[in-house]
Order: sequence, then C-alpha cells, then structure tokens
Amino acid sequence: MTKNPEDYTSKDLATDQDVRWCPGCGDYSILKQMQGTLAEAGVAVEDTVFVSGIGCSSRFPYYMNTYGIHSIHGRATAMASGLKAARQDLSVWVITGDGDSLSIGGNHLIHLLRRNFDVNVVLFNNEIYGLTKGQYSPTSPKGQVTKSTPMGSLDHPFNPGALVMGAGSTFVARSMDRDPKHMREILKAASDHKGTSFIEVYQNCHVFNDGAFGVYTDKDSKAMTTIFLKDGEPLVFAGEEKGIRLNGMKPELVSLSDYSKEDLWIHDSSDRYKALMLTEFFDDQSKEDALPRPFGIIYQEDRFRYEEAMQDQIDKAVEVKGEGDLDALIRGGHTWSV
Amino acid sequence: MTKTTEKKRDVVILFAGDSGDGMQLTGSLFSNTSAEYGNDISTFPNFPAEIRAPQGTVAGVSGFKLQFASVDIFTAGDEVDVLVSMNAAALKANLSQLKRGGTIIANTSGFDKKNLRLAKYGDAESPLLDDSLEEYRVIEIDISKMTKEALVDSGLGAKEIERCKNMFVLGFLYWMYNRKLENTEVFIKNKFAKKQQIMDANIKALKAGYYFGDTNETFTSRYEVESASLPEGEYRSIMGNQATALGLIVAAKKAGLDLFYGSYPITPASDILHELARHKNYGVKTFQAEDEIAAVCASIGASFGGAFGVTASSGPGIALKAEAIGLAIMFELPLLVINVQRGGPSTGLPTKTEQSDLMQAIYGRNGEAPMVVIAPHSPSDCFDTIIEAARISIEHMVPVMFLSDGYIANGSEPWKFPSADDIAAIKPKWADSEKSMTDRGYLPYKRDEKLVREWAIPGMKELQHRIGGLEKDDETGNVSYDPENHEKMVKIRQQKVDIVADFVPEMEIEQGEDSGKLLVLGWGSTYGAIMTAVRELIAEGKPVSHAHIRYLNPFPKNLGDVLDRFDKVLIPEINDRQLVHIINSKFLKGALPLSKIQGMPITSKEIREKILETLNES
Repeated sequence: MTKNPEDYTSKDLATDQDVRWCPGCGDYSILKQMQGTLAEAGVAVEDTVFVSGIGCSSRFPYYMNTYGIHSIHGRATAMASGLKAARQDLSVWVITGDGDSLSIGGNHLIHLLRRNFDVNVVLFNNEIYGLTKGQYSPTSPKGQVTKSTPMGSLDHPFNPGALVMGAGSTFVARSMDRDPKHMREILKAASDHKGTSFIEVYQNCHVFNDGAFGVYTDKDSKAMTTIFLKDGEPLVFAGEEKGIRLNGMKPELVSLSDYSKEDLWIHDSSDRYKALMLTEFFDDQSKEDALPRPFGIIYQEDRFRYEEAMQDQIDKAVEVKGEGDLDALIRGGHTWSV
Repeated sequence: MTKTTEKKRDVVILFAGDSGDGMQLTGSLFSNTSAEYGNDISTFPNFPAEIRAPQGTVAGVSGFKLQFASVDIFTAGDEVDVLVSMNAAALKANLSQLKRGGTIIANTSGFDKKNLRLAKYGDAESPLLDDSLEEYRVIEIDISKMTKEALVDSGLGAKEIERCKNMFVLGFLYWMYNRKLENTEVFIKNKFAKKQQIMDANIKALKAGYYFGDTNETFTSRYEVESASLPEGEYRSIMGNQATALGLIVAAKKAGLDLFYGSYPITPASDILHELARHKNYGVKTFQAEDEIAAVCASIGASFGGAFGVTASSGPGIALKAEAIGLAIMFELPLLVINVQRGGPSTGLPTKTEQSDLMQAIYGRNGEAPMVVIAPHSPSDCFDTIIEAARISIEHMVPVMFLSDGYIANGSEPWKFPSADDIAAIKPKWADSEKSMTDRGYLPYKRDEKLVREWAIPGMKELQHRIGGLEKDDETGNVSYDPENHEKMVKIRQQKVDIVADFVPEMEIEQGEDSGKLLVLGWGSTYGAIMTAVRELIAEGKPVSHAHIRYLNPFPKNLGDVLDRFDKVLIPEINDRQLVHIINSKFLKGALPLSKIQGMPITSKEIREKILETLNES
C-alpha cells in the first residue's frame, strides 16, 4: 500500500540495502537526519530524487527509498540540472563530497549555482579523499601530510562558502555531523528554499582524517570556535561572553563585558554584503583572535529559477506562435512543386 | 546583337572570396533559385575556421560550391565549370579545381597590387596579365567599381556599398544561366524588411549585375540547364544539420516525449542547437551547458526523468563525453549522441570534413561498452536517420551514436519531404506501478525478450529505484561485485546491441548487380560520390556495384553474405581505413581501401579511377 507522505516515518525513507560506510563515519548521522527531515517534509518518496557523484558520500542514494542516481565523478550537479530542467515537479537532492564537487566537479557546481535550479546540494566536507584511501582534497589545509603529500600539501585550500557566494548561490549554509538537531533545521530550511540550496556539512572521516573539525565539534572547544547564526539575533558566542561587532567595514571580536548585545552585528541572511563577510570568517582556530566559524544559514535570496524561466519561454513561444505543428515544421518556409 | 543560348546537362559553380565577401549567402541563393526552377542541386560550403581570417590571404578564402543539373545528381560535383574569384587569393586557392576550358569570373579590383601581394603571387604579378590562365576562359569585371557606380545614389557609405558586390555577381550569373531574379528579391525584401536603404541597394546591385550581362556586348552566349525529372511532389531545400534538428523534434513527438537537448557550442554541430532553439513552441528544451561533459550528463538526467535526452558535439567533444556515455550504457536509458565529425585528431580541422571518428564511436569508451552506431548519407537523409536512431534508442533503451559529418551537415539538397502522418510512432516501454511489481518487489533490470528493461521514471509510485555506474545485479539492479554476474551483465549489454540487427532492414545493393566482380562499400557522406562514379561505370558496362551501410553497429545481419557475393570489396573513406579494418577483422574479407584524409570529400572522379584500377588488376 502506498502511504501518504504525511504518515511517513524515517523508516519509509530507508531501503533494504546494508549501509556500507566505515563504522563511526559521520555520514551515518547525515543519513539519519536526512531520512528524518524528508519524513516530515510532506513530499512523496516517488517524487524525490537523490543524485550523487563518486566518493564515500555518493553511496548515499542507495540508502534512500526514493528514486536515485549514483552517477560519475563530479557530475551529479550536471545530471541534476538536466533532471530538474526536464521535471520541475520533482524534489531533487545532490549528495557530494569535497573532492567530487570542488575538484573534479568544480565547474558544474558553480554553473548549477548561478542558474539557480531548485536543487538542494549537500556537500559532505571531510577535507580528505576517503574512497581512494587518503589523499589531500581541495579543502585540506596547506601543509597537510597525506599519502600523496608526505612533505605536506602545497595547495591553498578552497573556502567553500566564499566560492559559492562568488558563484551566485541563493542559499548558503553550514552545519556539522556532530550536531544532529542543527543539521535537521538546516536540511529543512534547504528543502523549503526555492532555488539551489548549498549546505556544507563538516563531516568527520575518522579513518583518514580523524578530528579534522574537532576544534568545532568537541565539547570543550566548540563554544569558543563556533557561532550559530539566527536571523535578527546578535552574533554572540562563548556562552554569551563574546560577540562580533562591525567596526566600520571590519568584523571585530569583542567581549560582552565591554559591549552590549545591541552594539553587535545583527544577523540578516538577506544581506549579501554581510554574507560575503561571514564566509570570510575562515580563520585557523589556533590563531590568536581567530574569528569563530559561523554555522547556520549565512545567506538566502529569492531569485528566478532556470527551469521555471525555461518553461516560461516555451509557454511564451506557444502563446505567440501557437502549438507547434509537425507538418509546418517539416515544410519550412519555402517549398516548390515538381 | 543576338545572344545565343547553349544547353548544358549540369554545371558546377564555385563562388570564392574573402570570408567577409558573402560567398556562402550568394551560393545559397543561387542554389535556392535553381532548385525552385526544377534543377537537382547539391551544395558544399567550404570555409576557414577563423571567423575573419586575414583579409586577402589564401587562408581567408571562403568558398561555396554547388552543382545544378537537369539529371539527378548526388554531389556538389568534382571539377568546377565556373570559378567566381572575388580576389586573387580566391583564384589561387581554387584554380586547381577548375576544369580545363572552364570559366573564371574575376573581380579585377580584387587583383590590385595589395591583393596580389597578400595572395603571394610572385612579384605581385597578376595572373590576369600573364599567360598562366591561357587554358581557361577569363571574364574580367571590375565588380567593386560597377557596384559602386550602380549604388552611387543609394545614400549608403562606401563600406555598405562594397558589401553589395556579391549581389552584383549573383545577378550576372543569373543572366548567364537564364534565371529569374524574383526568388532572390523576395529573400532580400524579407531579410532587410526593416532596412529599406540596404534592401533597395541589394536589389539594385542584383539587377545591375543582370543587366550588365544582358547589355554588354562582350557576352554573347548564355547557358540553359533544364529542369531535372525529379519525382513529382512538393520539395524544399534542406541542410544536414537542419534535417537533424527537425528529425529530433518529430521523433520526440512521435514518441510522446519532451525533447531535451544538452549541448556545448562546437563546430560543425552548433547549427543543430541554433535550429532547435528556434522551435520552443514544439516544447523543445535546449540547454547550452557549461561544457561537453555537463551537456551529456544533463541529457542523461533528463532521460532519467522521462524526457528524450539528446546531446551533440564533434569528435573532441565526444571524447569528453565518453565516460558519461558509458554510464548511460550501464543505466540502459535512451540517449542519443550526435557526432558531426570534423578533421581530427585533437582540435584538428574544425571546419573541414572527415569520417575519422568511426572507431571512436564503436569502441571509444572504457570497459566493454558497446553502443549502436548509425550514419546518415546525405543532408536530407539526416531526417530519416535521426528518427531511426531515436526509435532504436527509445524502444531498445540503449544509447545510440549518430555519425554525421561536416560535409553532410553544411551541405544542402532538394528534399521531397514526407507528411508527419507517414512517420511511424515510437513506443517507449513504460513501467507501470501495478503491472511492473513482482513478488520480489520492483525489478528495474528485469528484461523482455529483446533484453529491454522498462522505463520507470520519478513520479511512478512504488517503483523507486537507484541506478548507478557500479556493476549491477541482474534484475534487481543492486550493486554487485559477483564475478559471474559481471560477466553475465557484460554479455547482456552486448546482446542488447546485437539484437538491434533483428529490427533493422537488411543490406541492399544500391545499384549494380547483386553479385559480381567488385562491390564499392561506403558509409556516410561518401554516398553521393560513390553513386555518381558507379552509375557512370555501370552505364559504360563495367561490373561494379554499390552498397552503403547505414547501421554501423550492429551491422545488418546479411552484410557478410552480401560481401561474399563479390570477388573484391572497395571501401572509400575520408579517414585512414577505419571501416576497412573493422570489415576485415569481422569478415576476413580483404577489403581494399580508398582513403583520402585531406579534410575534403572524396570526389567521384577519384572513386571512378580507383574502381577502374581495381577492375584492371583482376
């Protein structure tokens, strides 16, 4: 019997396939929150498609009881673009990793974002190539020692938030595998957003890059290194002891013993300039006076979706020229008789 | 004074000038007028890769060759009867094609010192002044000056007037070949409907050229090419890429599918995208992707969603798409890949024709990744062949490669077009939420007797499934690393392609006896040249036949039998013996090559000579 989407539980989103990630992988948490989110989203499983590329995270579609495409390395975003262009009615999710979407698939990611197809992209960032067993990725910090960089990586890492803002993303958010509640909120907001949603999830690969985000996820450091954004609220962290204020054009770390909350930067996810600045909160946390890493919805705007505009042009053409007639097409403009 | 009219069976004209001289347009207009008059026509545009190559140089010469005839013809002709040379470089680049005794129409102002130097004539010596053109008939006209004089009152600037000189030449040739101006006048009026001055000037230049022939006493003879006895019916002129685009729209409608066309600009395939983009009122979705890979992937995504996904490119772009095509082979979804071949390898010769992607089409992917390959043989044949390619792809749930080439893509011919009702429906094999369900749940890779799986698309209840590029378990489609399952699936994917041969027509002999001494076996755009050469030789009593392969993978079932009925097989190709290798490895036939790899079509003369040589050897 087909269930109504309103009656779904997480189980209705799961498949009979054994989940094959390494025990303890951060991906399990994301899968669980995704299944929970979609159980509540009210969208039928048959109207939902998960599209992935290649990498550990890209096994994700096999574990979702929706339609799914496990495509080729880096191309999930391109495949999702075509799918969404052909089928506006579907809810489409792209599951990708830092290598898949920022290295081999970098081009397709930025073009998906600027076209603003109504697709949700979840980037599992673990700053390492896991499936190929431990090479540095485009988000690995410079100097990282891996199998392919025994003397340390020479690549300056991408700042994914800044990259996607530059590409014209209309929804930019960050979350982490160790904070399921927050992740659930963000997945829900992404699902509701009309246009491409980009969510970067800090995800721990405990086999090849254990603790890469420990400074943000561990209980004893989290309060000092993270800031959770909420629209209309001031940027406070460290148990409300610290905050960020805008000093002219610059963000400034201040103590709430010197300033009041009213003096602080009030988060406004519709403010593009502030969002650009927030994505630049990308300091190494070992640095003195490092700005905390923002989590939550950094930026959101409503902009036309490619697939809708494409359909509008078709409707307009039909309105002006009339529904296409095959014989008229074949005859063309000019004919003669023999 | 009296002017005489001489009858001709066929005439080949080559309009040649700078890339900015409007030779392509001039040639097309002459073709349209002749087609409408009732001649059979065939055209061959030949232009440089640079949009505006250095003016006046040989590299910058753009040419448009056309043959029109009172009999049916299959090519734009080998040797040229009339060479229109708008400048010295145009003459230099094309003189070798001119028939002995042929006519040169030379624009004398294009032969000044500067032009001669740019065309690299030694010491800037004009070929019009020495005796190097003795064996030809040279008509010298200062076309630039005549045009200028005719348009002195037009109110246009010198540059705009200069641009009308192609109409003067066209007018003159209309006089020479007894053609009416109306068709071209209508064209000019439509094209410049909003630019009255330019419209008037072009028409005036056209008429000035015509009257110049009529009144000038130097020209005493005109020619007449009577209408051909083409089959009765209604005709239009069609180019290969245009026919391909129209065929795609028709095929999608006949299958009840939305057409999704993902493509990245590349010569010489882009015109298909341009043509499709004009027909949005047929529900066509065109998507200019960020690169070749995105173009094919978006099309695969669209097919997964239940649209008819099509992508197109030329050789270098097809190389980029190869991995994704392999994925579509694993997916077993409809996908049509169009390759308008050009000279390779790498960037090669973008605007020149070649058939050198045959091996790439049949073998060019990682792993065992067979796909159906099918090739049109003429501009209008693109229409039928692309519909056939679509039918196979949709009904058999397999990716299909359509191998056109630059010669076919840009060439044009009269087309006795069909009625839409005469084109058979294409039937997708849709899954059904209830009927497709088994006691083991939904099995996305369950097959029928043709090995075709059902097409279950998002939105169909209960049929959710996941497909991917990892090897899949037979029937369930789940990921499988089982060794025997892998071998089984590899064989199934091969059989799926092989089985297509049961659903396509058998090989027929185009002309000549069903058996005998020599079979000329062609594929793709060599059709016209082979037809012409073999027809002539059969008329001369030579034992030669012609067969042409449309289905390159799988081959028609009877191809081996057909080959066995001939002592020798000759395969003309615009590549280095690619089909020869495939035929010889498959049938151990010892087929002989006729290779030409110059970015130019093989001529019927070259084929004729090779046939005679081969017959004499035995």
